[in-house]
Amino acid sequence: MADAKDSTSATDTTVKRRVALKVLATTLGAGAFAKAIAPIQQFTASTNAQEWLQKHYRELSSRELREVLARLEAETKQKYGREVTIEDVRPQAGVQFAYALNLSVCIGCRRCVEACHQENNHDRASHNSYIRVLEMEQGSMDMERGRADYDHPVRDEGKFYLPVQCQQCENPPCTKVCPVEATWKEPDGIVVVDYNWCIGCRYCEAACPYHARRFNWRKPEVPAHEINPKQSYLSNRIRPQGVVEKCTFCLHKTRKGELPACLEACPTGARVFGNVLDPNSSIRWVLENKRVYVLKEELGTRPRFFYFFDK
Amino acid sequence: MSRDNKTAHHLTYPRFLLSAFWRASEGSWVFYTWMTALTAIALVGAHAWALQLANGMAVTAMTDHVSWGLYIANFTFLVGLAAGGVMMVVPAYLYDDHDMHDVVIIGELLAVAALVMALLFVVVDLGRPDRFWHMLPGIGRFHWPISMLSWDVIVLNGYLLLNLHVCGYLIYTRYLGKKPDPRWYRPFVFLSIAWAFSIHTVTAFLYAGLGGRPFWNSALLAPRFLASAFVTGPAFIVLVLQIVRRTTRFTVPEGAIQRLLSILRVTVLVNLFMVASEIFTIFYSGGAHAAAGRYLFLGLHGHAELVPWIWTAISFNVLAAIVIHTPALYRDRRVLNAALILTFVGVWIEKGMGLIVPGFVPSTLHEIVPYAPSKAEWQVCAGVWAFGLMIFTVIMKVGLQAMTGEMRAPSAESDAHTINNDDHAEEAR
Ligand code: SF4
Ligand code: SF4
Repeated sequence: MADAKDSTSATDTTVKRRVALKVLATTLGAGAFAKAIAPIQQFTASTNAQEWLQKHYRELSSRELREVLARLEAETKQKYGREVTIEDVRPQAGVQFAYALNLSVCIGCRRCVEACHQENNHDRASHNSYIRVLEMEQGSMDMERGRADYDHPVRDEGKFYLPVQCQQCENPPCTKVCPVEATWKEPDGIVVVDYNWCIGCRYCEAACPYHARRFNWRKPEVPAHEINPKQSYLSNRIRPQGVVEKCTFCLHKTRKGELPACLEACPTGARVFGNVLDPNSSIRWVLENKRVYVLKEELGTRPRFFYFFDK
Repeated sequence: MSRDNKTAHHLTYPRFLLSAFWRASEGSWVFYTWMTALTAIALVGAHAWALQLANGMAVTAMTDHVSWGLYIANFTFLVGLAAGGVMMVVPAYLYDDHDMHDVVIIGELLAVAALVMALLFVVVDLGRPDRFWHMLPGIGRFHWPISMLSWDVIVLNGYLLLNLHVCGYLIYTRYLGKKPDPRWYRPFVFLSIAWAFSIHTVTAFLYAGLGGRPFWNSALLAPRFLASAFVTGPAFIVLVLQIVRRTTRFTVPEGAIQRLLSILRVTVLVNLFMVASEIFTIFYSGGAHAAAGRYLFLGLHGHAELVPWIWTAISFNVLAAIVIHTPALYRDRRVLNAALILTFVGVWIEKGMGLIVPGFVPSTLHEIVPYAPSKAEWQVCAGVWAFGLMIFTVIMKVGLQAMTGEMRAPSAESDAHTINNDDHAEEAR
């Protein structure tokens, strides 16, 4: 190791002693380093080689995709103790989804928030959900005067309620910024995340103007009996630690003709969802007959989530 | 140099590396104490990071509301420090300032260390660092040219390589006792000048490009980043030059220090001017877009977590500006050095707690969720800084000894420039 010739006038023994000391110090340092980063083993144990080598969702062949889904099902069984099915539900041709919400009838009960929490297998401890409801001052559209942490019986005098979730922007700033294309817009308008490709930089979370994205700050915990076993790869399967997730308009349901969980849970019928390309759909009727508006229109994100008032 | 006998690089280069390793680990007890202390801090940081990886980023104080914190703040600051080194390169190469030419390698070595730290801060901020390969062009899916982050990855790594090449080449040729061939480094130096501007501009665009964050979405951000970079770079280098003078045989011409100080006199004021413009725009027009600014400078709806930070930063910078413009004060080197440290810390706060965090508070839905870094975050940050300073110390040691001729290849021993490189004449520290 030592380039002893370099130090010409040093005596042999001094050099030898120095070499020995340096070897000792290096060994000690390396040992201490190994000890310091030992907790990494816990992390590596939670993942595996197949997962690490897995390709981007859109590059998987159908055979590879089947293997991935089977592996994920087995992992859920092993880690969460529950038999689940994870499908890959593809967008349908001729379908463009949109959502509308009637602010005149929403009472701010947050049933949609709860339904999302259950449907999408959110972490129980943090009570995560893709929907946030703002309690707003009657007569003002200023979000600065709204509160998301209201905690009293609803609906309150002089207030109205503004539920906000992913707006499935037509021009989404979140997908633009992703350095690895882990998030993109699907042909039916839904913005999705490949949880197995995301590197967890949270740039998209900073870019989203609607606070629609969530990060898995720790491994999500859901008791086995509370897990929703009907899952899909791009939506409600239990997410890994350290990646970003978001509302997918419940694509595992809606792409099969069902309605999103938040709509089904709404007791007032404030929510309207459907395919805007279908001339007979109720969403089409709302968009054609109500004076709808979108949040932060000035940003040019062109949301697919509309709001309207009845009276 | 291109004249005579070809050097057998495959033999001399490994020998050069060995020699560099040997010299990097030689020094006085001050040096060993310094390195041991840094190692200890770096180990604490490595441990905290390993725990963060195992238990998730919940060990940080970041939330879905404030999703970037101390790590990205330090990253931003360090990109500035790396770019700031160019303030030595410009006078040396564009204006042929000979004093500066003698010491310019220090600015380049600083850029190397600062970039290593900046890149490490990105790595520790990732939720899944194990998936870094997804970013590699070719095998991963590198989202270039759309994502600003992909540009940043390119310019930062490019700048690192440029500086590594220039420093490595100069040090190696000096080691061989030869005169460096300008063709092998001058074009790269000129490229690196333009590149230095690009690294901090692209880093500013990372934030300025987000329409949903009005506090960042300003055309002033990139110029402001550059101004503050040209404050921290020269300030840090003037401090380093004085340490070099005391602890090595490397001669530091006073002219270089004076030149850096005169650059600093301008940049400190430009930086303060930009902060003032920002404050004017926020408070004169008001409105919801100014909410983050109000939160930062005065507090908002009963929350004032960042107010002490930003006013500390501004007072530090104002104080430093006063000192470096008042001959009676700056003539005393201790006062001057205190001012340099103040402005260094001032910009660090301004770019971190004063720039990254208020981008998230209030949130995009106008909720105020305060953020203060957790213990784990402080540990990781200290660890990265300690590691970076270790790198800086080591490359400075090797680089400067090659420059003075203390480190020479055996084949170069006949060289007239060789200074006595007796190991026991313990020069370094
Ligand atoms: S609301 Fe946010 S997450 Fe959803 S598409 Fe728009 S920018 Fe992306
Ligand atoms: S957090 Fe994931 S999805 Fe979001 S930008 Fe980073 S890699 Fe892309």
